[in-house]
Amino acid sequence: MNLDFAQLVPSIPYILYGIWVTLQFVAVSLVLGFLWGTVLSLFKIGKVKIMRWFADAYTSVFRGTPLILQMLIIYYAVPQLTGMDIGAFTAGVLTFALNSAAYISEIIRAGINAVDKGQKEAAIALGVPYRSMMLKIILPQAMKNILPALMNEFITLTKESAIVSVIGALDIMRRAQIVGASNYRFFEPLLLAGLIYYLLVMLLTLAGRVMERRLAKSD
Amino acid sequence: MIDVNGLRKSFGHNEVLKGITTKISKGEVIAVIGPSGSGKSTFLRCLNLLETHNAGSIKIDGKEIGQLESNLRKKIGMVFQHFNLFPHLTVLENITFAPQQVLKTSKKEAEKNALELLQAVGLSDKADAYPSRLSGGQKQRVAIARALAMNPEIMLFDEPTSALDPEMVKEVLQVMKNLVKTGMTMVIVTHEMGFAKEVADRVLFMDDGRLVEDEQPAIFFENPKTERAQVFLEKVL
Repeated sequence: MNLDFAQLVPSIPYILYGIWVTLQFVAVSLVLGFLWGTVLSLFKIGKVKIMRWFADAYTSVFRGTPLILQMLIIYYAVPQLTGMDIGAFTAGVLTFALNSAAYISEIIRAGINAVDKGQKEAAIALGVPYRSMMLKIILPQAMKNILPALMNEFITLTKESAIVSVIGALDIMRRAQIVGASNYRFFEPLLLAGLIYYLLVMLLTLAGRVMERRLAKSD
Repeated sequence: MIDVNGLRKSFGHNEVLKGITTKISKGEVIAVIGPSGSGKSTFLRCLNLLETHNAGSIKIDGKEIGQLESNLRKKIGMVFQHFNLFPHLTVLENITFAPQQVLKTSKKEAEKNALELLQAVGLSDKADAYPSRLSGGQKQRVAIARALAMNPEIMLFDEPTSALDPEMVKEVLQVMKNLVKTGMTMVIVTHEMGFAKEVADRVLFMDDGRLVEDEQPAIFFENPKTERAQVFLEKVL
């Protein structure tokens, strides 16, 4: 055992700055993925056949291929095809948003279907239009049921975000690798990176619990 | 008011309604009874377009119901066996939601109206409670108030007391009796024979998707004409 954290100390601020990069990355992907996922889930339960087909095909493709492949295609292959250069950060956010939307749409669809069908019938019998029924009656109840699954997806997203290091985005993971390579000592920076990811995930878990408790006020 | 003619409804190959013909006049109270699976609930749900019928016609004030869908909802209120209150909204919000969304009533006006209705069903003190805090009987009374908040001309009840503990049945029936006194047109699917006998103007007895008897309660309960009704009444009374 020859762990030596002393020589890691000068590089710590450099690695810590990666938290900001990772958080930005996760936050943007999460919001975009959630919105797009909600839209996809409404396609899936909707009456329009072509939209249902599209949403199912979309989910099938994004779930059926590796995330890293999707990212490399967006980062390397799209510029080749269109001539448009796309930054590592943008490519990463795009990939993660598109990918997690596929998973989130399934979670939300299941959540909507799990809401007692009597709720829909009561709303219909009262003459409530589809839009307000979905937004104010069905989705709020669905969200409450799927919060744990949704939190799980967000946690996965946070951890998986480490693969953007592959295309050179300077996130926590990438920075830890760079420090490791320049010191010829990998264990210490990677350990620090691991600790940071773990703390981030714990924070998310906590936030999820708080939200669950708030939504439970009607129980 | 409601004119049902040759109504048929199938789920897949299973024909649940095999040609129902009847008339319901304004202010009438109709009890629909019969064994489970006889099509009572389906009949009721067809009146409200929760199910679309396959053949025959339902006319309300002379107009085919398919053509007045959005207006229909405003005319017909429905109370469900399992209450179907919105669990994430308070009692008051449950009652004011539809008037605000559909009739565009102001919040203040809707709340004033809701509080009056709550008083009428004896639940003024529960306005800010969530449904999970209420007993079954209280939930059903709120559900009745919620339907009434839309000022319907017809009220449909789908086994309103079947999911209740026995000691709560009475409070719900009492609210319904009060409603009868206001002259509301009501169609009630029920297993409460005593209640049907007491308040109904007519009893529709259904069996196997057919309307077997359509009779005044005094006559139906004392002297059922068909053997099927006799057997049924022997079992339940």
